[in-house]
Parts: sequence; structure tokens; C-alpha cells
Amino acid sequence: MKLIFEKGAPGQHLSLMPPCDVPVVTPKRPRTEPLPLPHVSETELTRHYTALAKRVHGVNDGFYPLGSCTMKYNPKINEDMAALPGFTQVHPLQPEETVQGCMEVYAEAERLLDEITGMDAMTFQPAAGAHGEFTGLLLIKAYHHHRGDTARTKIIVPDSAHGTNPASAVMAGFSVVNIPSAPDGCVDVEALKAAVGPDTAGLMLTNPNTVGIFDKNILEITRIVHEAGGLCYYDGANLNAVMGVVRPGDMGFDVIHLNLHKTFSTPHGGGGPGSGAVGCKEILRPFLPGPVVVKGESGYHFEKPEHSIGRVKDFYGNFTVVVKALTYILTLGKEGIPEAAKNAVLNANYMMKRLKEKYTMAYDEICMHEFVMCLEDLKEETGISAMDIAKGLLDNGIHPPTMYFPLIVHEALMIEPTETESKETLDEACDVFLKLWDLAHTNPQALHDAPVTTPVRRLDEVGAARNPVLRYTTE
Amino acid sequence: MGSYVPNTMDQRKAMLDVIGVSSVDDLFESVPHEMLVGDGLKLPNGLSELEVRAKVTAMAERNRVYKTILRGAGAYRHFIPSVVKSVISREELVTAYTPYQAEISQGILQSIFEYQTMICMLTGMDVSNASVYDGGTAAAEAITMCKDRKRRKAYVSACANPDVIGVMKTYCFGSDTELEIIPEKDGRTDLEALKAMVGDDAACVYIQQPNYYGNVEEAAAIGEIVHAAGAKYVMGVNPIACAIMETPAACGADVAVGDGQPLGLDIAFGGPYLGFMAATKAMFRKLPGRIVGQTHDVEGNVGYVLTLTAREQHIRREKASSNICSNQALCAFATGVYMTAMGEEGLRQAATLSMSKAHYLAGELEKIGMKRLHDGEYFHEFVTACDKPEAVLKALDDQGILGGLPVEGGILWCVTELVTKEELDRAVAIIKEVG
Repeated sequence: MKLIFEKGAPGQHLSLMPPCDVPVVTPKRPRTEPLPLPHVSETELTRHYTALAKRVHGVNDGFYPLGSCTMKYNPKINEDMAALPGFTQVHPLQPEETVQGCMEVYAEAERLLDEITGMDAMTFQPAAGAHGEFTGLLLIKAYHHHRGDTARTKIIVPDSAHGTNPASAVMAGFSVVNIPSAPDGCVDVEALKAAVGPDTAGLMLTNPNTVGIFDKNILEITRIVHEAGGLCYYDGANLNAVMGVVRPGDMGFDVIHLNLHKTFSTPHGGGGPGSGAVGCKEILRPFLPGPVVVKGESGYHFEKPEHSIGRVKDFYGNFTVVVKALTYILTLGKEGIPEAAKNAVLNANYMMKRLKEKYTMAYDEICMHEFVMCLEDLKEETGISAMDIAKGLLDNGIHPPTMYFPLIVHEALMIEPTETESKETLDEACDVFLKLWDLAHTNPQALHDAPVTTPVRRLDEVGAARNPVLRYTTE
Repeated sequence: MGSYVPNTMDQRKAMLDVIGVSSVDDLFESVPHEMLVGDGLKLPNGLSELEVRAKVTAMAERNRVYKTILRGAGAYRHFIPSVVKSVISREELVTAYTPYQAEISQGILQSIFEYQTMICMLTGMDVSNASVYDGGTAAAEAITMCKDRKRRKAYVSACANPDVIGVMKTYCFGSDTELEIIPEKDGRTDLEALKAMVGDDAACVYIQQPNYYGNVEEAAAIGEIVHAAGAKYVMGVNPIACAIMETPAACGADVAVGDGQPLGLDIAFGGPYLGFMAATKAMFRKLPGRIVGQTHDVEGNVGYVLTLTAREQHIRREKASSNICSNQALCAFATGVYMTAMGEEGLRQAATLSMSKAHYLAGELEKIGMKRLHDGEYFHEFVTACDKPEAVLKALDDQGILGGLPVEGGILWCVTELVTKEELDRAVAIIKEVG
């Protein structure tokens, strides 16, 4: 497909700007380079972007069991609410008395999410999960520094963690202590005991973890860290499995981030914008990024927390994303929140049970909202890798699971069906997975060749990195 | 209650039978029982769509929407062509994840490649990434790009947006980087002070163009000073201004960053916006976050993939150049559509209209005794002295006009192409009444 720069002709344009109704002023040092933006008609423009949209697989184009990403249905009402002019046309620096509705959105979302997570306070400044991790770790850093405890320079991260965890720890100025997982995929409690000490700033953990198992030792784990003087950070990537059932705050976590674009159904937009809200216990509240919304006698106002780490983002956060999450929480309510979690877990276990007929599970036990298959044996028998199965799924209209993660499982496919998929969809998908397993044995070449029905076939990623072409040029 | 779970109780029962357990609660056996939420969460009952619509709409109605906005300071209400929202509300684009599966994500990948190209064209730089969260985080990430073993110190002009400086400070607290503020002189970066400050431990100098007060900095001269000290030059720029002003590349910038909000994104109480980051060819491997590259498939067809991923967290973990994973992809898509719709001519017009109207307002305000606080050139923002800012802003507010932002010494005004001459004349008349 042609690039937008290769379409249209000089002179084609839309009719957007009026003539200038005041004397024209231009810069003293003007731009001298040409600005070769596209020159297309409105027809050509809309056709181009419609064609691009057709070359994207969205949640409504088919099953999307992308592990760790919680690709649940994104309700249309959420989009409608976020598009209300009363939200979209509000300047972030308007007087407080004119933005009481926006502040109420933040205050209400905070109140409800604090209850869901067992936290005492929350900031919505972080724009994504990784941004939330960075923020949460800075809270831990500020907490220790405030106590004069500057020796706590290490963050403990299990080897099953998302790559963002160690990367965020380094950005926050910590060094990373990687600890191996136990054979069951959970935290190796003995390894943790050996790792903690007076230099421990904290532990970062996902629970359920990245292999889809709820770590039953969680209370002991958080106790070990606390007794060593560290704090416990909860990566909320997998909250969808347990929301309304068990709370991170009750597991012993001091600070968490949520991915509102996963668990709370605000869409992912092809890679963002998300929202990485950070919640914390009372002890960390004074360090939160400012400003925070506070309810006073005459309505809401902004305040900067006493020992704030400062701001992590311009203004207050990805506001309309929070509007969508609030709409979702208000819709589901007290019963709907745990119902979503329980059905996410039910759907995952159902798929796991059916796929176990042929595929090897990395951890063959009851799972939470997702599970990991290990295709190492399939690869040895047939030469078909996790990547080949993934590409075979593409030809069947299914978005592949997360591949090659977590790193502790070889040839991993991580499947997260979510609660918004029907038994019918799960059955159809299981049939496809099982059919591909058979195909690996009967006609492996067909899978090596897959995909064949997509707009492009397998792409040369090595070549792309070796000879980077990162923009269009006319040469 | 509202629910998006499709399975009926009968279907759930059938699934439990296949799994071999009697109830869903059996699936949560591994959760220690004392930890379970006993009587349920203290949340309100769920609502029907009709009820939730009424409730959230009522919140939106508790905000004031001004017909006329004369305030910027980092968020600018510009005209947004209808095609922008029409395109980006397509549900494929709204709901897809990050384009990990390139074969079924070509639409998003190509849009990012086009976005990267347009950001390069606008700034004059060689390479762009796929976006970061906003202008502030883009500025903060740029510091990391410039640091090396010897050069550890960052400098930021006091004339940059205070929020952006705030974000840079927080990131520097994280990375234990020293951040020094270059003082202001008459509404611009103090060049003499800058010269005296930057030495051989300086990693980079950040200035904003036009600066927080709307004033045009001597950007090329600053670039020479920065480079003479051996440091990298980071410019935070207004993307609309880039259409008519000397580009960051022409001013010698090594890294150009900024907030893409003026390019077709709603002001929306502060977000979502996007941060753009572009660099010289020499620095492209230092860029954080996603980058899309062009390649070919096995049949030789042109296609696009996420590339240079060896910089990123999912590969490099603690050695990654940044932790960024999700960015602002849909916002980048929107700005791509915006720049296409506007084209060179449209973007130049938007910039020229904004600049001209701001100058008209400044001239009219001067006629009624509100002089500019600073001399010299400005773009579409400027500060006037004002001895009773509260009364002035209140009078405008009563007539549905959001006046400029109160700042030290006066009021920071902003005008974009959305404001007509009639509206400006009316605003000036109202202010004149205040006396």
C-alpha cells in the first residue's frame, strides 16, 4: 500500500482555514526549508486512512487472547462519555470552580479504585503502566530518603517479571536484584530471604504472576520484605483475575499501579494512550506527585502533597482515559467487578482444559485469568515453534497469544481469553489451536509458510534493524 | 447491574463441568481464605447504560466550556478538522493493542511510519520515535539521551514551561542527575549566564521555543554556545510554530521535542496529548520507545515493523534506554491525520493566523494601557502587565471568555486561529470597562 506522501498531487487540499481578519505578522527568522506534507483531497485522505484501518486487527475483528494485555471488549458508552464537550473542551488551567466536574471524575475514580485495590490514595498522572511503575518506585525512594535511610538502593525483581519492572527500577535510580522463580513459577521464598537486607528498597511483584498463578505464599513474601525494611510494589497488569475477590492492599502491598487500559476496559488505541494510575497506602501519600484533587467544604480543589516527588506529567494525567474507566466501574459496580474477574478465570481454565488435550502446559494446575503453554516438545517433534503456531492463528482470524514471554518458559504462548468472550468463541478458538497442533504433525511446511491470508506475509525484521529506514524520503 | 459477560449461567455450568470443578469459587482455592473480600467491596451497585450516561453527563455539565479561550500556557485550543475524529474513532484503531503482530497491524505501523516522517519534516530533524506521553516527559527523556560517563549535568532555561521543568526535575530525582536552571533576563534565556554556566560536565541544555512567555528565543545563538561547550542542544518546540519559524534543525538542535497536542488533539483537561521526540542521525539509537521501520515480506512486498528493539525494556530489561512501553499511539495517529488534512499551506495558515491575531490583541491591549512586559519578538502568546488581574479575568469570565493565565507580573495571553477579530475586540472592550 502506498504511503500518504505518494498519493494526491501538489495543489490538492482541504478547505479549512479562513482568510486573516487582522494585519498579517510573520516571524523575523522564518522557516526556510520546504514543508513537504501530503497534498491530498478530502476523498483521498479518508480513503487512505480507511484502508489503513482495514489493515488492523481490533478487538471487534476477532478473538484477541493476548496474554498479560487483557484485551476485553471496550464498551461504546465509555467512548461516548469521554467525548462529551464538557470534558474535551475544558482547558486544564481553568479556574478550579469551573472544572468541578473534571475534579469529581478524578475524586470518584480514586475513591472507587482505592476500594477495589485496598489502597488509601491514588494519582492519575502516570500515562501508562511503565510510567506508573516509575512513579511508584520514586515514592519508595522518597519514603526511604525522607527517613534518612539512603542505603536502600536495591529493588528485587523475580525473573518472571515484565521487562518494564527492572527498566523502571533503573530509571528511578535503583540497582536490580533478579531472583529466580521456584519450579512452580512462583517466588522462591528462600531466594527472597537470601536477597533481602538493609540495602533492600523494595520488591516488585505481579500477583497472579506472569505464568497465571496466584502466589499462595504472598503474605509471607510481603512480610519478609517488610521485616527487612523494604516496601512492596504491586504491578497491576494482572488485576483482572482478582478484582473484587482479593485486594493487593490486603496482600501486604504498599504501592501499586493499575493499567486502566487493560483491567478497566479503556481501549489501548494501538499502543496508547493508557493510564497507569498509582495507588498507595497512607505512609506514601505525602510523597504523591502533585497536584492531587482534594474535597473541601466548598467543592474540590488542587493541593500539592507535603513531600511530593513533584510532577511526572504535564497537568493531571490522561484525563479522558480516566473518564472511560470511571464509566466502566460505575456500570459494573459492586457485583459486576468480581463477576468480571471470576468469568475471566473461568474462561481461562476452560480453554486450558480443552487445549491440554494436545498442548503441554508450562504449569499444569488451576490457573487464574491466563495460562502459559510450552511448545518446546512440539518444536522438537515437528520443528514447529510458538512463532509458527502464532502465524497459523493469523490465517484463522485469531490474534495470537503473547509469544516468548515470560522468559522462564521456553517456546511460550501465553493465553488470556478475558471474561467478555463467549463459550462459543472459546470453543471455536480451541478447535483452531488443536487443528494447528495436528497440522504441525501432518504438514509442518504449511505452518512455516503462514500467514498467507494477511495483507503482508512474514516480514524481514532482521533486515529492518540492520538497514534502518525510519522515514519516507523522496530520494 | 451492568455486565459485559456473555455466558449464561447454564453455559458457565457446562464449562465448570469440563474443567471438573463444581463452582467458580473452587478456581480461587490458591488464594488464602483470610484474604478474600468477605462481604464484597464497598462499591455502589452497578448501573444500566441509561443511568450511567445520565450520571457521567451530569459530571461533564458541572464544567464550564468557554466559547472564547485566550489562555494557552501548554494547552492550545486550535481548529480540529472533522476528518481527524472521524478517522480515529474507527474501532479497529481504537481497540487494537501495540502492533506486536506486524502482519495484522500494518495499518497502525504504517501510520506511525508516516507520523515519524511528518515529525521529521516539521522539525527538520532526521529521525523521530513513535511518541512518548507528553511534552514534559519528552523533555525529561531527552536528558537521558544526552548523558554519558563524563557529561552528567543537565541545564534547563527558566523560561521553559514550569510544568515541563517540574517533570524534568522529577525524572532527574530518579536518575540522580543534577539539573540546573539557567536564569531569565527580560523574558528570555540569559545568554551570558548560560555561557558562564555550561562546562565540560554539561550533558545538555534545554530551551523552549517560543518560550513559556511566548517570546522567541535566540535559538541559533544559544545552540552555538551549547555546542561550544561540547554539550547537546535540546529544543522544546511548539509544532504549529515550526510551520513558519526557523526549525530546530536550522537552530542546531541535536534533539527536538515537544507536545503534539496543538496538532489536532482536544485540550481535554490536560490529556491525553503526546510527546514527540526527533533527533539527528547521530543520535537515533539513543531515542527511547517504539520506532517503526520499513522492510519487506517474504514475497518482497513493502511492510512495516517495530524495529531497533534492542534499545527497549522487553529485550534489555534493566539495561534498556527507557522503560517506556505503551505510548500515545492513537494520539500520534490523530496528529498524522491532522497534518495531512492541513498540508503545508493549512499549517502555515494556522500558525500565521495565530501569530497575527496575538499581535492584534497585544496592540489593542496596549492602546488601553496594558503594555507588554517584555520587548522583542513573540509568537502567539505574550505577557502584559496588569495591576488588577483578578478583576480583568472576572469581567471576561462573566461574558464567557477565558482570559489569559495570571503569572508573575501580569497576564499570559494566547490567541489561536479559532478566535475572531470580533471576539478580540469584544474582550478588549470588556477589559477597558474594568478601567
